[in-house]
Amino acid sequence: MKKRLVAIFTLLFTAILVLTGCKSNDQQTITAVGSSAAQPLVELAGEEFSKNNPNEYINVQGGGTGTGLSQIQQGAVDIGNSDLYAEQKKNIDAKKLVDHRIAAVGMVPIVNKNVKVKSLTIKQLRQIFSGQITNWKQVGGQDLPITIINRANGSGTRSAFEDDVMEGTPSVSSQEQDSSGMVRQIVYNTQGSISYLAMPYMNNTVKSINVDGVKPTMKNIETNKWKIWSYEHLYTKGEPKGMTKRFLDYIMTDHVQNKVVKQLGYVPIKDMQYQKDYKGNVTPISKEGD
Amino acid sequence: MKDPIRESLTKKSISAKRETKGKVISFSFTAIIVILVVTIIGFVASRGLVIFFKDGVNPIDFLTHSVWAPDKLDSAGHPIVGAAPMIIGSFAVTLIAALIGTPFAIAAAIFMTEISPKIGRKVLQPVIELLVGIPSVVYGFIGLTIVVPFVRSIAGGSGFGILAGSFVLFVMILPTITSMSVDALKAVPEYYREASLALGATRWQTIHKVILRAASPGLLTAVVFGMSRAFGEALAVQMVIGNAMLLPQNLVSPSSTLTSVLTMNMGNTIMGSTPNDALWSLALLLLLMSLLFNFVIRLIAKRGEF
Repeated sequence: MKKRLVAIFTLLFTAILVLTGCKSNDQQTITAVGSSAAQPLVELAGEEFSKNNPNEYINVQGGGTGTGLSQIQQGAVDIGNSDLYAEQKKNIDAKKLVDHRIAAVGMVPIVNKNVKVKSLTIKQLRQIFSGQITNWKQVGGQDLPITIINRANGSGTRSAFEDDVMEGTPSVSSQEQDSSGMVRQIVYNTQGSISYLAMPYMNNTVKSINVDGVKPTMKNIETNKWKIWSYEHLYTKGEPKGMTKRFLDYIMTDHVQNKVVKQLGYVPIKDMQYQKDYKGNVTPISKEGD
Repeated sequence: MKDPIRESLTKKSISAKRETKGKVISFSFTAIIVILVVTIIGFVASRGLVIFFKDGVNPIDFLTHSVWAPDKLDSAGHPIVGAAPMIIGSFAVTLIAALIGTPFAIAAAIFMTEISPKIGRKVLQPVIELLVGIPSVVYGFIGLTIVVPFVRSIAGGSGFGILAGSFVLFVMILPTITSMSVDALKAVPEYYREASLALGATRWQTIHKVILRAASPGLLTAVVFGMSRAFGEALAVQMVIGNAMLLPQNLVSPSSTLTSVLTMNMGNTIMGSTPNDALWSLALLLLLMSLLFNFVIRLIAKRGEF
């Protein structure tokens, strides 16, 4: 009995030693943590990257924009994914971090399919989320109370949406969910509900809403006709080096930007004709200078 | 000259050595566990007390105020952290789940020990063990797709709220309460039953007047254990309660619990910032509550020895 136990433990230890040893010898891994809105993009880009570089792996984890920024600030990971500019989060020293904007992403208001309203003005949207409009009949729909499903306070998607829609008006306290998938599921199940999603999470179980008569399409985001959008940021602590740098360069190649980024529903960064700074100021990009 | 007898008497024998070795090993492992527990409590407390000492929040306001916005400051310059909606939400789901669950659990336990131990062992026992094994995310998913629409159709509203949370928790704590109740009923000495029957009591009278009475401290422990599990459950509740940091207006208005607020907001706060510290305060509160539950269980157990 005792001998067998000893044998098992020895086996375990050698296994651990051998396995970890293998990893450090031939494989190289970097870790990217943070925003769940950016996660599908970084994951897919990472898979493509590993295809070209068989011994290099990108380990992508969610956890939220806050996690991404605080982990990269501590230097615990190689890349911190964020929906926000680091300047927008308190307790983050943005000067130590280097911003790599890899794509733009539109935030789309969504409603349950039984809601008859097709289009809202940005003012009506603001009044709905601040609790001034509480019934769909006030905005030209049927007599049905509005159920607001919000994202958790501090979530990157919510901040991006509020920056462009609410203009400082506080949101009314309402139901909150901590992931895009749950939001979509609950809007699908709940009559009269309204929420918002990052465009890559859209599907046909919920209905998107036009804002000020503009459809949420990639073209309209590029030209800033669709005003509710933000960047996906990959932050590094200091200038990126080695594999991290090669991965970031790889994401910016035409192959990834035109295929992976578009295919998932993000907007390639070089297609954007407008840029947005962390205060929300939007300016056109002069094509010659860039 | 060596005296072999003298030597064997003064030296430690092999079995004595083994005894010391065993003692050292078991003591050091126990010590590690104790140290671990103490460090966890110490760590949570050191983080959770920051908003009271550094940001000057009044602990009574923390427990009684109902606005939760830790990233904003009130007129006195303290962060706005009123945890009352979550505290009330947590207690409401726990109590209602225990209220619904206890009769079912005790009935099942009586059936399994007193009425039909054979079917109980063969059918009910495996079913209840199966319930323990279902992961909480599955309970939450079932809650989201079945319980929430059901509550919406009978009680109106969006369906998300304390009632839906209680329904899900009731199923989750049922196995805990049942299996502990079974143990409590089995612990009632056989001669209690014999004496009762010999006095001419029917089986129902025996169960009702003798066994349940004798087992009541054990049954109470079972209920408190179930409640402490319900209080600490996070994921399944979070999926069906609606997560609105509002005082619950009724059983079907979206509300939140201490645990659901924690899991919802962890990823969106920055370590060391006030919203993050405020979450640690909620964690500390949860920890204190579970200590309280343990204390109550101890208290009951002390009373209920045969």
